[in-house]
Amino acid sequence: MNELELVDGWVEPELADEFPQLSLVHARMEVHPGPSPRELKQRLRMLADRYTGGKVVHMRQDPVPWAYRVFSRQVGIDPDTDRTPVEGVALRRLKQGGLQSENVVDDALTIAIAETGVPLIALDADHVDGKLGLRLARSGETLGETRPLSARQLVIADGERPVAVVLGEVGENAGVTPETEHMILCALGVKGVPRISLEEALWCAAETLYT
Amino acid sequence: MPDVLTRTVGPPLAPSTLPDERAARRTLRDQIARLENELSQLFCSTWPRTNMPRPLVAGRGGGPRLLSLGELEELRDDLADRVADSRRALSDRTWVEEQNRRLIEQMLLAPERYKWVRVSHEDIGEPGCRHWHVRPRWSFIGMLMGWWRVVISSGCPLAT
Repeated sequence: MNELELVDGWVEPELADEFPQLSLVHARMEVHPGPSPRELKQRLRMLADRYTGGKVVHMRQDPVPWAYRVFSRQVGIDPDTDRTPVEGVALRRLKQGGLQSENVVDDALTIAIAETGVPLIALDADHVDGKLGLRLARSGETLGETRPLSARQLVIADGERPVAVVLGEVGENAGVTPETEHMILCALGVKGVPRISLEEALWCAAETLYT
Repeated sequence: MPDVLTRTVGPPLAPSTLPDERAARRTLRDQIARLENELSQLFCSTWPRTNMPRPLVAGRGGGPRLLSLGELEELRDDLADRVADSRRALSDRTWVEEQNRRLIEQMLLAPERYKWVRVSHEDIGEPGCRHWHVRPRWSFIGMLMGWWRVVISSGCPLAT
C-alpha cells in the first residue's frame, strides 16, 4: 500500500472560534467498490465477537467516544437518540447479533470506526470540487439536490457546496457509488481526540481497503 | 419645573458594541461537557439494572448546529435536571437493593419467619438469574413440621 497523503481541511473562522480543536483530516485514495472479500468478512465477524453488552454500555466513558458524545451535545444532538458513529456500530452489533457485510467501502469504514472510535465518511473524489473543510451552512443551502439545511448547521463542504452534514449523512451526489474510482476519506476531530487517533482511523480504513 | 416633568424621553440607547458572548459560551460548553460526563457515569452505574429511567435529554432539533447562548443555557439546565433525576433514581434503587440483601441474610438466619419469600439477583442489582427462595423441606411434611430452608437456585436455565 502506498503512503497516505493526509491533508488538513480548512475550518471557517467562526466555527474555529467556537470549537478551537475542531478539525477535518482527509486522504485521497483509489478504490474499487464491490462486495467484500472473504478475509474482510472474517474480520468483521471477529470484530463482532469482541462486543458484549457491558462493553457497549461502558463505551460512553472511553475517552474518544466520550469526546464525540460531548461534541454532539454541544451542537444540539442527543447522542442517546442520534448515536455517534462508534456507538451506532456497537448498537447495530447488539441488535443484529453480528456485523453484516455490506460492501468493501462500508465494511472498511465500520472496522475503522469500531477500532478507533473516530467518525469517518467516504466521498467520491471526482464529485468534490476544491479543498474540503468545515463551515456553517448558509440559509437556503441544500445537501445534494433536495435535502434542505437549516442555517448555521455544521457541514463538511468543498469549495462550492456542502457535501455532508457533520456526524450525519453524506449528500447523494457526493457519496461513493459502484462507479467511483477515487475516494476521499474524511476523519472528524473534536476536543479531546488527539490527531494521532484521526490518522490511525484513516490508516486503518485504508489498510482494510487494500487487504 | 413643568418642563422637566413633561419632557419626552427618547428611545433607549442601543449599545454601540455587541456584548462578547464567547466567554459565556465557553463556560456553558464546559458545563455541558461536565454534566455529560456525570450522566455517562450514572448510566454506567445502573448497569446491569434494566428498568431504570433512561437519561434522555432531547436534542435541540435542526441537526448539528451552532447553538445560541439561550439554547446552550437551556441545554445545560436540562442536563442538570436529568443528572439530578438519575442520581435520585439510582439512590432509591440501591437503597431497595440494600434492604433486599439484608432480607437474604435474615432469611438464611431464620427461614421459618420468611415462608415462601423469594429474592432474585435482579432484586439486589446483580446480573444473572439466581434467586433465594424459602421453601419447606420434604414438601407438605416440612410445612406441617415447620421445617423451612432457603433454596438457592443454580443460575440461568440453559439455552435451548
